[in-house]
Amino acid sequence: MNPIEATFERLRRSRRTALMPFLTLGYPDRDSALSLVPAIVNAGADMVELGIPFSDPLADGATIQAASQRALENGMTLRRCLDQATILRRQGITVPFILMGYYNPLLQFGIQSLASEAAAAGINGFIIPDLPPEEAGLVGRAFEDEALDLIFLLAPTADESRIRIVAGYSHGFVYLVSLVGVTGARNTLSLDLMDFVKRVRALTDKPLAVGFGISTPEQAGLVGGVADGVIVGSALVKEIGTSPKPETAAAAFVAALRAELDREA
Amino acid sequence: MTQSQKSTLFSNGPYYGPYGGRFIPEILIPAVEELEAAYDEARSDSAFQTSLHNLLTAYAGRPTPLTPARRLSAALGGAQIYLKREDLAHTGAHKINNALGQALLAKRMGKHRIVAETGAGQHGVATATACALLGLDCIIYMGTTDIERQKLNVLRMELLGAEVRGVDAGSRTLKDAINEAIRDWVTNVTTTYYLLGSALGPHPYPRIVRDFQRVIGVEARRQILEAESRLPNLLIACVGGGSNAIGLFHPFLEDADVRMIGVEAGGTGVESGRHAARFATSGRSAHVQSRVGVLHGTQTYVLQDADGQIALTHSISAGLDYAAVGPEHAWLQEIHRTTYTYATDDEALEALQRLAALEGIIPALESAHAVAEAIKQAPQLSPDDLIIINISGRGDKDMHTVAEVLGL
Repeated sequence: MNPIEATFERLRRSRRTALMPFLTLGYPDRDSALSLVPAIVNAGADMVELGIPFSDPLADGATIQAASQRALENGMTLRRCLDQATILRRQGITVPFILMGYYNPLLQFGIQSLASEAAAAGINGFIIPDLPPEEAGLVGRAFEDEALDLIFLLAPTADESRIRIVAGYSHGFVYLVSLVGVTGARNTLSLDLMDFVKRVRALTDKPLAVGFGISTPEQAGLVGGVADGVIVGSALVKEIGTSPKPETAAAAFVAALRAELDREA
Repeated sequence: MTQSQKSTLFSNGPYYGPYGGRFIPEILIPAVEELEAAYDEARSDSAFQTSLHNLLTAYAGRPTPLTPARRLSAALGGAQIYLKREDLAHTGAHKINNALGQALLAKRMGKHRIVAETGAGQHGVATATACALLGLDCIIYMGTTDIERQKLNVLRMELLGAEVRGVDAGSRTLKDAINEAIRDWVTNVTTTYYLLGSALGPHPYPRIVRDFQRVIGVEARRQILEAESRLPNLLIACVGGGSNAIGLFHPFLEDADVRMIGVEAGGTGVESGRHAARFATSGRSAHVQSRVGVLHGTQTYVLQDADGQIALTHSISAGLDYAAVGPEHAWLQEIHRTTYTYATDDEALEALQRLAALEGIIPALESAHAVAEAIKQAPQLSPDDLIIINISGRGDKDMHTVAEVLGL
């Protein structure tokens, strides 16, 4: 069993919700992840989603766009993302790592090389927001050979047949986009979210993790009540970007999310 | 032509050989599927085709003339040159052909909120015009660099009732405007129609835009046969995304003796790295390289750095200033049906002045790139040879830029 699936399984048995914070690699400084990742894991992250910066992140809102831009200016590359993962593994961080990145930089790296080098760096899965299942044949085959999970996103606009297709192809878990829109912190959750999670739940046994717009421990708690995992991205990136002590701020925010999720459980 | 040659030459997507596709966020998949179904239905509906035809003739001024460029031809001393006059279409460029087609389609689909991107502003003006005519809400995304150099078109869009939203990210040009238009579409996907202006983006856009622009080539083919009783030897068109070029080229694809040249933006020279020449620089080992990649939903040639980050492009003409090229062009190049070259900023400026002085026609800076290539080609051909240049738009919008560069 792949570590991502195993983590969901272990949490399910203890009736807990997976907490998956998202960081943009290379932000705010090029090597920030080397201290941020241990901080958020100690604060209670069950898995970590690591963003590969891209010049044209068209599914992202202003916060992650700005973080990506800054990371690129800091000299962040896909190669360095893999190197940082390797270093973190050597430091003894064992939680699953999921890389999130747009397709073009991955394609230019070479899909076969990426699969083998990512696996060697201790990466467990990928989220590629501009690669729907229809276009993912090449990537899917290369990742399967290396036991990397290719995780697909499902949007609330999906009908039953689309849910079946996407959930069928998704490995590790299914990433449910909580709202109709781009990433970014929101004050409120979409009213249709609970219904959306239920619709998907009825059609697949795979773990369901919800992301996009989840900004506060209260919102995370509500989502944790229905989903198997909660992904918090922009709100955490914002905390990191606005604090003079990014590790402390990140750890405090993740700990607050963890506490609320465990209280709900 | 054999069936297999035909099937190599023609595609209705999603793929053109290895190019094209739908590399888009999952949330847009139902939207492009709905669009594809609606388009297929509209295409075979004679009422839709009649409405479009009526708008193109009674409103947009089609057919546009095919004008013999006698003084330019004489000055160059080679082939006889004809100009396909898209500059005379309503709003001053070929963009209106596609904008009217897609706006009609949007209305038919029950979508009353239109978003679009614009570079030079020509597609923005055409979209704002079509929306005003059909009573649709219109939001245009435009890079702030482009807003600065195309002020006149911004004013026109606003007068036409569109809201122009400046995009202050990346190079602040067309690429960034498309990012923002797609983000808007993602956010408002159930109510909004994305009216993409060039033959790019996810399937079915490259096909839809091409089909609505084919009228250029269909008319030109008929007009040259009427005027000369034979087909042209050479077609020349500028290529940003490539909609005016594919519109002219497509109806001639099966005419094996008709050569076709697409002209990209050479900027300050391809060695300088400040250009938008996707084909001309493919395989070069400069900092900015052109390789097959994925941008804005389609797989094609993309100017990028070694890490796959999209390059900042440069051209004196906003409409050619874009990092990727339409996927069908990538394919036609690969099978050697079309060829691509570039003209620099200086060559385009010189061509603009030459056409103005000799023919009384001021082309858009984009179209001036095609004229620049004709100036190179014509002297090498015989007086029996015929060239058609697509004058895709008129130059009024560029007077500010031209004045600045020429110190007028």
